[in-house]
Amino acid sequence: MRVVLAEDLFLLRDGLVRLLEAYGFEIAAAVESGPELTRALAESKPDVAVVDVRLPPTHTDEGLQCALAARRARPGLPVLVLSQHVEQLYARELLADGDGGIGYLLKDRVFDAEQFVDAVRRVAAGGTAMDPQVISQLLARGSADDRPLGRLTPREREVLELMAQGRSNAGIAAQLVVTERAVAKHTSNIFGKLGLEVSDDDNRRVLAVLAYLDSGHR
Amino acid sequence: MNSEDMRGRARRALLAAVQGLMLALITMPFGMAFLVLTLLSLAFIPLGIGLLTTPLVLTGVRALADVRRRLAAEWCGVRIRAVYRQVPRGTNPWTRTFTMLGDPQTWRDVRWLPVDFTAGFVSALLPALLLFYPVEGLMLPFGLWRAYTGGGTYWYAFVPVTGEATAVGAGLLALVILRVALRFTPNLLTAHFRLVRAVLDNGEGELVERVRVLTETRRDAVDTSAAELRRIERDLHDGAQARLVAMGMDLGTVEMLLDKDPAQARQLLARARRNSVDALEELRDLVRGIHPPVLAERGLGDAVRALALRLPLPAEVAVELPGRVDAPVESAAYFAVGEVLTNAAKHAGADRIWVDLHHTDGLLRITVTDNGGGGARVGAGSGLAGIEKRLGTFDGVLAVSSPAGGPTMVTMEIPCVLS
Repeated sequence: MRVVLAEDLFLLRDGLVRLLEAYGFEIAAAVESGPELTRALAESKPDVAVVDVRLPPTHTDEGLQCALAARRARPGLPVLVLSQHVEQLYARELLADGDGGIGYLLKDRVFDAEQFVDAVRRVAAGGTAMDPQVISQLLARGSADDRPLGRLTPREREVLELMAQGRSNAGIAAQLVVTERAVAKHTSNIFGKLGLEVSDDDNRRVLAVLAYLDSGHR
Repeated sequence: MNSEDMRGRARRALLAAVQGLMLALITMPFGMAFLVLTLLSLAFIPLGIGLLTTPLVLTGVRALADVRRRLAAEWCGVRIRAVYRQVPRGTNPWTRTFTMLGDPQTWRDVRWLPVDFTAGFVSALLPALLLFYPVEGLMLPFGLWRAYTGGGTYWYAFVPVTGEATAVGAGLLALVILRVALRFTPNLLTAHFRLVRAVLDNGEGELVERVRVLTETRRDAVDTSAAELRRIERDLHDGAQARLVAMGMDLGTVEMLLDKDPAQARQLLARARRNSVDALEELRDLVRGIHPPVLAERGLGDAVRALALRLPLPAEVAVELPGRVDAPVESAAYFAVGEVLTNAAKHAGADRIWVDLHHTDGLLRITVTDNGGGGARVGAGSGLAGIEKRLGTFDGVLAVSSPAGGPTMVTMEIPCVLS
């Protein structure tokens, strides 16, 4: 699997290259600025891009803008955005096109190599990887006066949280140490309570949940 | 001169005469009374009673002077500037008395009192005299002279009235005076206010006020930034720094245990990693408090949008900023909005918030409205007072409209240019 990596700090870029290579990824390009990233994305046609939000030359949200532009040029181009901080605002912009293949994680998540690599693979496959912080913010905001959310059991809430992060039923089952069947039961309960249409497609399911949480549905 | 003109002029003259007459009637008793009260109060300060009465009397003097300043502006467009020192609320009589006595404007007020009931009185009365005197003169030829000359010669100005002929002469003089009066009466009233201004006006009023405001806001700004630095130092010291020390120690132990006790080494490694995650989390919070990353990356509009998304209740944000606000103003505005939003979310009992940001005529105007219970006030110790201070550094102002029952609207204005 070919990866384009954009990160301006040498230590982090080097670390990420080593990590991804150790897990069998092929680094198509490792760049350090916005214009280079745009060029690399156009030229090397990667399976997934791992991009830092803040890049030179402006040191603002250059990386995010490049990634969004690249996705406009090539819809569904899998992009995993890394940042020192997560903002719902950015998550919303990334998810706006509804094409999937979006990841948005805190840089700290790299510490857990297994989970990080899992997230990269998920995004490359057109799935979603949302940082737990984004999800907990969304839930905190939603549950203030959202009655459907309030009706979820604590277990269902946990499942919803993991589902919103983009985990598959198998992934959720492994995380919560329950059977996949139990997870499937929870998810159908959740969809029932929130009034969402049940979908077999994992990806569609995640986007529906995220849209629900983000819409301020209440 | 046509009759229209004439009538307008007559009306203005009459108005000025009446206004002057009223002023004169008020000036005399009030001016005298307040001067006497002031002197008595001052004399009683050593006895203690004066400490209680002086602030009251001086406040009265101030009110009297305020009325005159207002009338000067309203009636004749004469602007009289005054700057009083702030007397802190709820202080003891001693401080109140001496703060007021230490204020040069107070002394200007007091000095004005004797001038006002002498020269001021005369100059206020003059328009009325000038206008009503010819009325008397005009009546002389029509028989009034008979009533006056019973005991000998009656002098109308410099005309000795002894019979019908001289009475007609007096009448002619009265006509001349009337003409002059109609022309100059309003100017005379203006002259009165000019006299008041000469005594009452604080020549450098605006400058003095500006210096006072700048001194105050500078002190606040320095205090705030010093407090911020102290907080950051403490947070780093107790947070990230301590965690890094702990990590270093754990890693040292791991090195030693690696061969002897791999299981425990693994435990310590896990702990070191947790510590690094926590340290990062703390640094992130700290950075957010110093200069939020979204603000650096996206500017004020999106930073406020991101802020609104973090609120536990829905907030609508409308932004109309054609450029980027200067970094220091941007930061101050961001934290001010943050504080107001937090207040609204916490205390107002609102279930919806509207934020509006726009820039017009060199002013960044931000309004935050909530549909909560209202009753918010800018008071000592409230978050709003803190915001006011922060904005003050940039000559920004804050206004709160929060009637009981809501809604609450907080408006902030900061002069700035967009880049």
